[in-house]
Amino acid sequence: MKQVLVALFAGTLFGAGLAYSGMADPARVQGFLDLLGHWDPTLAFVMGGAIIPMAIAWIIQRRLEKPFADAHFSLPGTTLIDRKLTAGAVLFGVGWGVSGLCPGPGLADLAINPLPALAFVVALLAGMIVHRVTS
Amino acid sequence: MLAAFPHAMPLEGLIGGLMIGVAAAVMLLGLGRIAGVSGLAARATGIADSGAPRSIAIAFVIGLPLGAFIISWITGGIETRFPPSVLPLVIGGLLVGYGTRLGSGCTSGHGVCGMSRLSPRSLIATAIFIASGFVTVALMRAGGLL
Repeated sequence: MKQVLVALFAGTLFGAGLAYSGMADPARVQGFLDLLGHWDPTLAFVMGGAIIPMAIAWIIQRRLEKPFADAHFSLPGTTLIDRKLTAGAVLFGVGWGVSGLCPGPGLADLAINPLPALAFVVALLAGMIVHRVTS
Repeated sequence: MLAAFPHAMPLEGLIGGLMIGVAAAVMLLGLGRIAGVSGLAARATGIADSGAPRSIAIAFVIGLPLGAFIISWITGGIETRFPPSVLPLVIGGLLVGYGTRLGSGCTSGHGVCGMSRLSPRSLIATAIFIASGFVTVALMRAGGLL
């Protein structure tokens, strides 16, 4: 139960941050990717702002034997840089540019602009299912 | 400095970014996990068989619209300018869904959590998806789609 509440708090703060920063607005995200148009640098400030507390958290993490509310750390240990990683990133970038959305803002926008957000989220899950059944 | 970019929201971006980073830090230090939205969404829906316990993934995913709703309510509404037709949403969604599973992460997992860890995998993935986004939007602009 404690873990579920921590995750709900983290998800809520994450969604609030997306909304406050303007990242729930697909046109603003697309504006960051639009170097030849009216470039909007806001996303760079969001990324910078998010990386600061996380960089500190990683330093703290190295000194901990286990997390505060769980039995052990479950962190990705893969260091492999392969075709899957690079091809996946290329495809994700195309979809991100086309729609102005990535998974976090798509889900957050279900509460703000439900119909278009739902169209994106249904397609997002369909794309994930396609990956699952073809790999 | 930002006078050249009248639409930018640097202060809101920085504050909202700090909130996102603290949220990811809570997941890391509290639960020992990466706050990667694509992975948690796949886990919450049962599309992924491994990863965080489903209860944790579902709670995090429910929090995303809840948090956005709270900010929208406090501030009197936030702007969400979606593409005018459903086609880019569907094409974009399919590619983002497939690509984030194939590449093991998105803007949150690779961009925020992995880059702050200086993970070479995440640095490369982030550089590629941002470059790919730049090229895609440039081509859309060249093609008169923007």
